[in-house]
This record gives sequence, structure tokens and C-alpha cells, in this order.
Amino acid sequence: MKRLHIWSSLLLGLALLGVAFSATASDEVTYKGSTTVLPIAGLLSEALAPNIVLSVQGGGSGTGIAAIIDGTTDIAGSSRYMKLEEFQKAVANGVMPYVWEVAIDALAIVVHPSNPIEQIIYEDLRRIYFGGVTNWSVLGGPAMPIVVVSRDTSSGTYGTFKEVVLENQEVTDGALFQSSNGAVATTVASTPGAIGYVGLGYLQPSLKAIPLAKTAEGPFVAASVETALSLEYPLSRPLFMITNGYPQGAVARVIRFALSDEGQRLVLEAGYAPIRALSE
Amino acid sequence: MNGNGETDVTRAPSLASRRRLAVRRFAQKVDRPIFFALGLVSLVALGVIFVFVVREAIPVFRYVSPFSLLGPAWHPTSEPPLFGALPMIAATGLVTLGALVLAIPLGFASAGFVAEIAPPALRDLAKSLLELLAAIPSVVYGLFGLTVVAPFVQRTFNLPTGQNGLSASLILALMALPTVASLAEDALTAVPKAHREASLALGASRWQTTWRVVFPSAFSGLFGAAVLGMGRAVGETMAVLMVAGNSPVLTWSFLRPVRTLTAGIALEMAEAPSGSAHYHALFMLGAILLLLALATNGLAEWFRGRVARQGE
Repeated sequence: MKRLHIWSSLLLGLALLGVAFSATASDEVTYKGSTTVLPIAGLLSEALAPNIVLSVQGGGSGTGIAAIIDGTTDIAGSSRYMKLEEFQKAVANGVMPYVWEVAIDALAIVVHPSNPIEQIIYEDLRRIYFGGVTNWSVLGGPAMPIVVVSRDTSSGTYGTFKEVVLENQEVTDGALFQSSNGAVATTVASTPGAIGYVGLGYLQPSLKAIPLAKTAEGPFVAASVETALSLEYPLSRPLFMITNGYPQGAVARVIRFALSDEGQRLVLEAGYAPIRALSE
Repeated sequence: MNGNGETDVTRAPSLASRRRLAVRRFAQKVDRPIFFALGLVSLVALGVIFVFVVREAIPVFRYVSPFSLLGPAWHPTSEPPLFGALPMIAATGLVTLGALVLAIPLGFASAGFVAEIAPPALRDLAKSLLELLAAIPSVVYGLFGLTVVAPFVQRTFNLPTGQNGLSASLILALMALPTVASLAEDALTAVPKAHREASLALGASRWQTTWRVVFPSAFSGLFGAAVLGMGRAVGETMAVLMVAGNSPVLTWSFLRPVRTLTAGIALEMAEAPSGSAHYHALFMLGAILLLLALATNGLAEWFRGRVARQGE
């Protein structure tokens, strides 16, 4: 009994200390949700510290939206729009979701600059990434083995690619699996037969982005911030942050910052397209 | 360290020096328990790590059978997931073997050079260079592998990609080399001078002495060096992740991309949802890695014991 007393008083003391600290220290905001949006939230968090402590946690879009419905997070990240049932559940819980578009996730299909291939369609990508086509000559390129480069299977980028292009089937085991957008870029840039996909922020002169179309009828669109902005580029989707109602206080400052030019540059740095053209 | 204090005491026992003496007496009294406790820390850490890894790994059996863990396919995010670790176990063995085949002869030879042949000045230079090699962070080795070794392997063997088992083995050999060489050098230096002198006095050449007398006498130390080098190669993660290509395919070819156990864990752990089947499967890879390490160390000890007995 005595021991219990000591522990409970200790806990109480700690709790009081915590309250005292949070009252004096900086504002705290929590982010939870999509791993695709997570890198943006991470960069925002770094930039906002120490004035606002933005603590970020992954878990996926569904988890984030569930958390905003339950009121256990200030900001939910999502790589898809909310579903009707989620809205209804939120409203029934007294939560009014407010959805902010913070970035555009566009994946560029990249090959080595020496590769003469001019354009590609989803069907070709499926044949390559499922391991059916293993030589560029089949697609009208040079006689050269295709080196398939992919992100690791647990990344959000892989999830996007798998969902949008691969119809939710797995990439061939023979692919090179890289742990970051940067590693994919390096590998493709140094391998003549390689093909890979990277976020827009990772496009560089040592990579050749090939115009992409959903079907052979076209239109073939080159990946760029402009075509992602205009929604012409097929392999793109908006990324959202969701708040409970119109945000107040620190949460509002986080969202404002995310939408500012400075925040949108961080979006670009995280490998995504900003939601509007940025002045230099 | 405290040579001055010693002379002070004999000259004039001041208050300070008496206090120092008291401290020393106290230290002599408590040194055993302190060392015992510190020794226990590493033992406890090992135990805690083992228990934690195994505890996080076991729940994977809720999703798949133990037998399927040795399957040939690793598709952690498909429906239903497949957690066949065989490709990664084989790749770990393959890449380690390749690294050892390169690092052991090189390491022993450089140890022989440093311990037996090199003049003192060169010896110090070689030793400090080896130490420098050991101090380079593994991510730097990885970058070097990615930008230099992999393209070199690709051009030399005319392959579609240089990210494969051979590149990984080359980098790992370079990383294991300092471990192997410096431990082997210690083993060679520990061989009593009398053995060398006796051999030379009998008319054996320097080469004969080194090869037929010094190396056999140092056998157990050399074996230990090889085992620790192997441990370095098995456990290395970052550099392998960057150069091995990470394809989870079952292959015996050094010229194809492979994924080792360590790279598999590092590649997927960051974004595997905590508590999911995938998460537990990655811990199972960790448990397999731990078992492999224990097995090789145990085997090495047993082998060393047997050789030692034969030598008597």
C-alpha cells in the first residue's frame, strides 16, 4: 500500500510538472497518417521547431483519418480523399473535417539518359515491372537487358506506384529494391539499362524522364511541376492534410506554413510537386 | 598514470596523498564487485536483446506456419503475405563467403608482412593505415561501393547492373580486412621469439620460418581473426543495402542482385506498420540472424577447442 502511495504521488508530481511545462513551453501539434505525406510533415516539423513542436507519426491514411474522427490527432495526413462513411462517422462524432490540399504526388518514370526510348504507357510498365518484358528491344529500344528499379515494398511511393500503375500486384523479385528516392535516382543514373520511378523533386539532368500515358491513345505527358499542377500528368494524385473544423491557433499556423511559399518549397524538397507555381 | 603520486607518498605523506591512499585502498576493496557488475551489464544486455527479438518474432506464427519461413518467396505486402526467408539466408551466406575468400588471404598476408617482414617505420605506417580503414563509417563504404565498385563490376563483367553479390562481397572484404589483419597480426606477434630463432638457427629461411613455424603456432589466434571478420561481414547492413541490389531472389550467382538478412530488415523496417505481420516477420529475420551468429561462434569455439587438443 505504502509503495503504491509513493508511486502515485510520483506520477502525480510528474503530471503536474508536465502541465507546468506545456503551459510555458512551445505549442504542441500532432500529425498522424499517410506515410506518403510523412516526409512533408517531417520537414515542416523541423522548420517550425522550436516555436511549434509538431510531432509526426505514420500509420497510413486510414489510421490518420480514424484518428481525426476520434479526436486523437490535430492533423491527419492522407494520400486519398475522405470517404463518405468517414465523413458521416466524423460528423456523428461532432467532428467537422476540413481537407487541405498541401502537395501533389507525381511519380516520374525515369531511364538512363542514353536510353533512346521516347514514351511509355501503363501496360508497358506493367509488363516490365511484372518481369514479362526483360529487354528494351521489345519496346522498340536497343537490345539491352532491362534493369528494373523499385522502391522497397513498404514505402508510400511503392504503394502509389503499385496502386495506380500495377493494379495492386507485386513487382517482380528480380527488381533492384532501393531504400530511398535518392538511391533510385543514383542507380538509374549509373545503369544504362535501368528504369525506375522517383518523386518530382528528384528529377535531375543525369536522369531522363519519359513522357507517360495511360493508354497508347495518349496523350503522352512529360512529368513536371506544371503538368502535375494542371493534373495532365497521369501518375499523380493530391495529398491532403485534414483538420477538425477550420483550424485555430498553432494548428492554423502549421497549415498556413505548409501552404506558404516556404512550406511549398519543403514540399518540393520532400520529393513532391507544390500545389502552385513557386516564384524563384 | 599516477607515477608522480607514488613518489610523493614516499617523500612526505601530506594530507592529500594520505587521502589518495585511502581512495586507493577503497578502490582495491570494491574493484571486484564493480568489475563483476560491469561484466554482468553486457551479459544482461545480450539476454535482453535476445529475449526482445524472439518475443517480437514469435507472433509471426499467428499468420504463417514455421515451415513457410524457409520458403523461396518474400512478398510481405501482398495478400496473403509470403514470408519466405530462404533467399535472404542464402544471400547472407553467399556474400559472406565471397568476402571471406578475399579478406582472409589478404588479411593474413598483410598481418604476416607487418609482424614478420616490415621494418619498424613501415610497420607503424601499415598498422595505422589499417586502423584508419577500420574507422571509416560503413555508409562511406556504401557510397564508395555504389559509385566506384558497382560500375567497375558492371563494366568488367558486362552486366546489366553492378549492384550484385560480387560488389557486396568486395566492399565487405574491404571492411572485414582491418579486423582480420589486426587480429591476425596480434596472433603472429604473440608467437614467442624463441620459436623463430630456433627455426632460423636450424637453417630454415625466413619464408619457411614464417610459413611453417609462426603461422601454425598462431593458428588459434588466426582462426579467431577469421571468425571475427566473418561476424563483421554477416552483420554489416548499410554498405550491403547500398550495393547488393536487394532483389529477394534465390540464387547462387555472385553476378545477380541479392538481398541479405540485414539489408532486408533495414529496407523494410522503417515503414512496416508496428505490430503487423510484416513487422513480426522482420523481427523473425533478426532472430534468424542472431541464431546464425550464435551458431558460427559456437562452431568456431568447438573447432578451436578440437584443434587445441590435437596440438597437445
